[in-house]
Amino acid sequence: MWDMELLLKITLLVSTLLPTAALLVWLERRLLGFWQERCGPNRVGPFGILQSLADLIKILFKHDWIPPFADKPLFVLAPLIGALAVMMSFVVVPLSPGWMISDSHIGLLFFLAMTSLAVYGVLLAGWSSNNKYALLGGMRAAAQTICYEVFMGVSLLGVVILAGSFRLSDIVQAQQGLWFVIPQFVGFVIFIIAGIAESHRLPFDLPEAETELTGGFHTEYSGIKFALFFLGEYLGIMLISMMATTLFLGGWLGPWLPPLVWFLLKTLLLICFFILLRASLPRPRYDQLLAFGWKWLLPLALVNLLVTAAIKLTGGT
Amino acid sequence: MSIARSFSIREELSTVIPDLNLIDEQCVDGIDTFWVPRTRLLLVAEALRFSLKKPFSFLYDLTAIDETRRESGAKQVMQDFTLVYLLRSYDRNKDVRLKVALAEQDKKAPSVCKVWPNANWYEREVWDLFGIEFQGHPCLRRIMMPTSWQGHPLCKEHPARATEMGKYSLPDDIRDFEQEALRFDPKAWGLEPTGRDEEFMWLNLGPNHPSVHGVFRIMLQLEGEQIVQAIPDIGYHHRGAEKMAERQSWHSYIPYTDRIDYLGGVMNNLPYLMAVEKLAGIEVPERARVIRVMMCEIFRILSHLLFYGTFAQDIGALSPIFYMFVDREKLFTIVEAITGARMHPSWFRIGGVSSDLPRGWDRLILDWLDEMPKRLHDYDKMVMDNALVKQRTVGIGRYDTATAIEWGVTGPGLRATGFDWDLRKQRPYSGYENFDFDVPVAENGDSYDRCKVRVEEIRQSMRIIRQCVDNMPSGPYKAEHSLTTPPVKDRTMQDIDTLIPHFLGVSWGPVIPPGEAMAEVEATKGSNAYYLISDGSTNSYRTHIRTPSFPHLQMIPVMARGQMISDLIATLGSIDFVMADVDR
Repeated sequence: MWDMELLLKITLLVSTLLPTAALLVWLERRLLGFWQERCGPNRVGPFGILQSLADLIKILFKHDWIPPFADKPLFVLAPLIGALAVMMSFVVVPLSPGWMISDSHIGLLFFLAMTSLAVYGVLLAGWSSNNKYALLGGMRAAAQTICYEVFMGVSLLGVVILAGSFRLSDIVQAQQGLWFVIPQFVGFVIFIIAGIAESHRLPFDLPEAETELTGGFHTEYSGIKFALFFLGEYLGIMLISMMATTLFLGGWLGPWLPPLVWFLLKTLLLICFFILLRASLPRPRYDQLLAFGWKWLLPLALVNLLVTAAIKLTGGT
Repeated sequence: MSIARSFSIREELSTVIPDLNLIDEQCVDGIDTFWVPRTRLLLVAEALRFSLKKPFSFLYDLTAIDETRRESGAKQVMQDFTLVYLLRSYDRNKDVRLKVALAEQDKKAPSVCKVWPNANWYEREVWDLFGIEFQGHPCLRRIMMPTSWQGHPLCKEHPARATEMGKYSLPDDIRDFEQEALRFDPKAWGLEPTGRDEEFMWLNLGPNHPSVHGVFRIMLQLEGEQIVQAIPDIGYHHRGAEKMAERQSWHSYIPYTDRIDYLGGVMNNLPYLMAVEKLAGIEVPERARVIRVMMCEIFRILSHLLFYGTFAQDIGALSPIFYMFVDREKLFTIVEAITGARMHPSWFRIGGVSSDLPRGWDRLILDWLDEMPKRLHDYDKMVMDNALVKQRTVGIGRYDTATAIEWGVTGPGLRATGFDWDLRKQRPYSGYENFDFDVPVAENGDSYDRCKVRVEEIRQSMRIIRQCVDNMPSGPYKAEHSLTTPPVKDRTMQDIDTLIPHFLGVSWGPVIPPGEAMAEVEATKGSNAYYLISDGSTNSYRTHIRTPSFPHLQMIPVMARGQMISDLIATLGSIDFVMADVDR
């Protein structure tokens, strides 16, 4: 009845994802430190690698506080939704030919659906906190997601047209000859930008924007519930990097090295790129971000889609 | 010299107001001082502001003095309280001081808010600290002290120490009462409700907020994210620095000045000491003056670098602040080598500086000066040339020169509007006339330009420092004067006439001759001045600190109107204020 192999894979995935996200926190802090002429965490364990573990222990022992003015059920539910929706998406990510939990024929759609769900975590957190800063953060998150959701989907359709499938493993296989990053460069750039916006990281971290909204949607959160948001954010970066690898950088494809290593290497490179962006760019204003999305990226994504479709129809590639 | 000049002002005034009865006072600082009867105050103010050919359009400072314990002074007009207005005309490059005498039973004066808009907060401060009522003031409420405070702290009868006030306790009911008193009530601020309740939201930005650089509160009326109006509220960082001055000896107050603009370090010592030296008649030796200029410019760079970094951080750029902290760290090492302390060296002394420069100081500074331009160039590329930074700051928080002067803006904020006025050039002090440097000016007066001016000022300060290193004069680092504190010690053990002043100066502190003097410097954030009144004793009778950040914050409502929250944050970042400097 139960597919033991599948269960094992799921357990393995979850139990590696969480420590990896923690490691990623450490990696980001070390890299930021390196780029900013300082050390970063280097005391706990070799090279400070256990810093996240120490943080986790601390955060687990904190008072599990729910503000008396908050809407309790939603307040508790919000971080769970955020983290779970991101984790669900990993189901469809093809790490290597032999490692796919679900090679669904609508894998890409499932990924898009789950990222859309993830914003509910932010929205509900902002709403249920009953705090004005959180509310403003929630509002920004809603506006930003609606905007960036649209053209994230559109930017991926070029890939779908080229591969002729929503199945992620098919898409990877279709890149045997040429990675899609070359014919779909515009789509790649737009997807990366939308991806940063989706995971609410600098320069698109407007929903939390700590210098403006003190913490935005998670202002009232602390302890383990805050950690879940944090976890969701870092899983989000991993997810976006993995998806970009799968869709544009040929997934596990590559010579000499085993497929899984190729996949992880490409993902790591993208993650480092995201961290570098965070270190180097300031934050645009809320309306500027939206204007950029609606007025530039969406038309660009549409044109990209049209051109790709036209070439495909006339029998180009 | 000053008498001849004062005649002309008086004559000019008398053409406007024929039966004017002004009484002259001679002050050590040479500023024309007139006593004006209270009934004529508004008339004179309007004449000075509107009727003269070159008007006094800038209310530089407004404060009061409690004269009830005063033993020396201009006896004929003095009553229990004196209001002091310091006015400036940029066209004439000249100041006028007006004084109004008030009696204890009748502590009232007409408000000059309609003549100079920035009088608003100054009058609130005088009301709060002295209990002088300003008739016609739009919203006369406490500004420094909590609204629930009893008494007016700068009155002489008000205790200065906690030990004089009985044991302090905070039972739950009083705590709740005090917290309730902090709740924002638009009516108590004299605001008429605008629009329906559901149309806007009041957002309490601060007193604790990452972008208010300290404890500062702005109440924002928001429509979506757009600001309908902003009401700044200060006083959370008030330490009573002016009251403390009345208990400290002239010498032992120096460390307190370091903590006014806590990023300015020894730059704060300078106006205070210049005022004391004016009162005492001390001529500071050339070497000490150059050392002072050098240290001040080092602190200007330190402060501007922090501004640069936090400005970038406020608009979301994470990294610049860390690079600038590295530079600051290197510079603090130099400051430490010279003064023995880092941020608050309190290193200047009455009549000079604390000690001579250590061996090898010039090498340290030159090394730093050599490596810095390249890094500054990198910062320009990273921050000033960044398209996102420009998008966030160009045209944001903009004001023109006239508005700036009207609201009392000084320093880089004024020069960013294209107005070329730097105290170091216009009224050189401590030997600035001997240095070759430019005054950076921008055109638009927006957030971006305010940053641009400061960045350029860093380069100019580096020029000045290099000139200091190249041309450091030899000679004593302290004046040969009996009031120099601590005095030069060479002959102390040789003859009794030097031993006695030395002993008194060190144990009691110097006795500064009676009089009053104001001294001003172009500080890191604008014009910083100390107005000192000596009653011929070992401590100051009244110390007033005119800080640049105070009027700058008062202007926020003008700048914030119609902005988004993010714009306000960029604007706040570009003002470069320090709450300790605002609240004192």
